[in-house]
Amino acid sequence: MNIVVLVKQVPDTNSERRLTDSDHTLDRASADVVLDEINERAVEEALRLQEAHGGEVTVVTMGPDSATDALRKALSMGADKAVHLSDAALHGSDAVQTARALAKVIGTVEGVDLVLAGNEATDGRMGALPAMVAEVLGLPALTHARKVEIDGTTVRVERETDEGVAFVEASLPAVVSVGEKINEPRYPSFKGIMAAKKKPVATLGLADAGIDAAEVGLANATTTVLEVAPKPPRSGGQKIEDAGDGGVRIAEFLVAQKLI
Amino acid sequence: MSEVLVLVDHVDGEVKKVTFELLTAARRLGEPAAVVVGAPGSAAKAKDALARHGAAAVYVAESDEAADLLVTPKVDVLAALVGSAAPAAVLVAATAEGKEVAGRLAVRVGSGVLADAVDLDGEGVATQSVFGGAYTVKARVTTGVPVISLRPGAVEAEESAGAAAEKTVEVPAVDPARAVRVTRREPVTGGDRPELAEASVVVSGGRGVGSADNFAIVEKLADVLGGAVGASRAAVDSGYYPHQFQVGQTGKTVAPQLYVALGISGAIQHRAGMQTSKTIVAVNKDPEAPIFEIADFGVVGDLFQVAPQLTEEIGKRKG
Repeated sequence: MNIVVLVKQVPDTNSERRLTDSDHTLDRASADVVLDEINERAVEEALRLQEAHGGEVTVVTMGPDSATDALRKALSMGADKAVHLSDAALHGSDAVQTARALAKVIGTVEGVDLVLAGNEATDGRMGALPAMVAEVLGLPALTHARKVEIDGTTVRVERETDEGVAFVEASLPAVVSVGEKINEPRYPSFKGIMAAKKKPVATLGLADAGIDAAEVGLANATTTVLEVAPKPPRSGGQKIEDAGDGGVRIAEFLVAQKLI
Repeated sequence: MSEVLVLVDHVDGEVKKVTFELLTAARRLGEPAAVVVGAPGSAAKAKDALARHGAAAVYVAESDEAADLLVTPKVDVLAALVGSAAPAAVLVAATAEGKEVAGRLAVRVGSGVLADAVDLDGEGVATQSVFGGAYTVKARVTTGVPVISLRPGAVEAEESAGAAAEKTVEVPAVDPARAVRVTRREPVTGGDRPELAEASVVVSGGRGVGSADNFAIVEKLADVLGGAVGASRAAVDSGYYPHQFQVGQTGKTVAPQLYVALGISGAIQHRAGMQTSKTIVAVNKDPEAPIFEIADFGVVGDLFQVAPQLTEEIGKRKG
């Protein structure tokens, strides 16, 4: 059971996130970057499936040099090896280009039975990348999993969305994205952190992954950002101390605002 | 005028409100054509509502299998229609499934895709609200037929008579290697409350609510306002309220007309999920709580006093 886990380094949601003025892409210098929390759950699920079914866990990311830290974190949790697609030409790639590029990188890993990912990153919140990668690879996508089970060549998932829970199944190989409730990720042990330093990390450029430079990057993107405006910070309005009539005062405010 | 394909969000022909919002936005770009993918009989049930909201045409793609498979039958049908109808754009609801349909469709037909738009103009320029509303971005698709998912509740649905001329289309045969079969469903039983993402009023509780039982106070206020109930991550992590109601960076993003925060401090992660709400009211006993920095009306006080009083007062005014 060979598993690829897609991970992403994102700006910490506890830091201020900015877009650059020059080309409207993420200002990576302004924010602290971390391994996206949902990815830790994807790595954890991969490790649990590996414990039950054997095989190898490979973590894959696409991003600038600093994304190596996200890979190391996953390796210190217990993943076996990592592949890092890093090339200046990838800067500004959109969702479709990213899905195609990731699919190419997954293709460099041998005998993949399962691709695991988080269901939605905290920065782009596209919420569709795993399904798009599946589309490129011609695989089924079982997304928003709160439980994953492998039974021979069948994968069964409890999919939880706003609409409720759906019990779904498909044949392997497949793409599975995990939701918040899937598991509690382990903390890397000291031993794990030390071992991670010796684990193989392959850094690929576009040519190594067989990606045509004309298919990626801001200049070839399938969408374009016309303008970006920081929202004027919301200023606080009226603040009162409750003098026993707080509820009535709110009701009066709502009436004045024509909200009730 | 070119057609604009709108994927109908429905449960067995029961059309969701977001579909009417999509049809309204579609009218700005061209002639709305609703696409119903589902079990046989779905379109017949949906047709009247679609006609009332301006659908000039209704593409009917029905099969037993279409209802039992995730995402791909919808992508297959839309991809075939993109080929045959040459639409000006394809609009889909930015729900869990809709976003995937949009993403897969864009890959399939070689288009660009914009996710979770909060507005769309007649030139096909989509407005997106990113980083929890910290930035407003205007973007457009530059390659292929634009595929855009629209956030539920962002565009106000307007009625408009449409011919809703039915056109039957085939659901393409499914590739078993790609299919994801649904063996059983357990729909959310949210009772009579509106869905969090679609509600025009949201009342949320935080750590300050103190217990699962105390959430009844939050629910009572939500009910008298006809709103949905939300919860902060702290409240969800403490087990006070189920995860699917979490509002914030790792939960849902809501933008209702009125957001009431009870006992929520307003950490940046929570604000990211609600700060684009039209009007924000906060009750918190800590005068320094960051939620007050963004609240239009804040009460420093005990939510156990203030919220029930507010519930009662609204009840009185409603008579």
